[in-house]
Amino acid sequence: MTTETDSGAQDAPLIPKVVDPKIEKVSIIVSKGSFEGIYPALIMANGARNEGIEANLFFTFFGMDAVHKERYDHIKMATVGNPGLHMATWAGGLPGASALMTKYMEKQMEKQDFPGIAEFVEMISDTGAGMYACLASVDLFGLERDDLIEQLDGIITVGEFYDMAAGGQIIFT
Amino acid sequence: MLTKTLAGKTVEVNDEGFFVDATEWTEEMAPELAEEVGVPTPLTDQHWIVLKYMRSEYFEKGTGPTVRKLGKASGVTTKELFQLFPKGPAKLAALCAGIPKPRGCI
Repeated sequence: MTTETDSGAQDAPLIPKVVDPKIEKVSIIVSKGSFEGIYPALIMANGARNEGIEANLFFTFFGMDAVHKERYDHIKMATVGNPGLHMATWAGGLPGASALMTKYMEKQMEKQDFPGIAEFVEMISDTGAGMYACLASVDLFGLERDDLIEQLDGIITVGEFYDMAAGGQIIFT
Repeated sequence: MLTKTLAGKTVEVNDEGFFVDATEWTEEMAPELAEEVGVPTPLTDQHWIVLKYMRSEYFEKGTGPTVRKLGKASGVTTKELFQLFPKGPAKLAALCAGIPKPRGCI
């Protein structure tokens, strides 16, 4: 957001005048590896591009599963510690509960014609959004570039991320 | 009421520049609209495929398609859509095609 203050005027307003309230750029950090952790970030990034807003996605920690070749098509919903599901905690811990709930959610989404995570990630890359993995996390998890999908634009440091995010909004999910 | 003169005709638009009445639109207006919103001109055949698809969807369903729908159904890929309409394909294609802004999150 750009603001303008008139330092010369004596009766300058206390609240700076908003000149251009439009968001031009967003950088979205994806730190969680669950279905409900990744999906909203993808919707935000895709929605930004659809509005003509520049968007970069930065995958860190478990969020990197969203760009992990072998995992990005198998992202599961958390059924333990997720009160929003309104089911008993013990039931969420039963074998297969997470897979079952994920399947159910995916079915619901298909009805709405929402893409699955893998398709969504590829689609977002096609919209021209930048996609980056966090160097520290890649090292920590012992990953190689080849473990991550081709659409990834690079593995970057947190400093490089801030350089890239400069002048825009940062969203942490 | 906001109005705009395009191809020698006065049309009614909303505060974002979208047509209020899609039937007021004519093909001659598209290049002018495109130039106004930063869509690369001259308009190519692919631009026209998208614009015509937008209009047919709108008149059939009452709302224009989202980018995903456009990419799946118009035969123009998502990547190409962003080359044709860099600042938001569904939004700008709707504006150039003289239909209201499509609402949708995906």
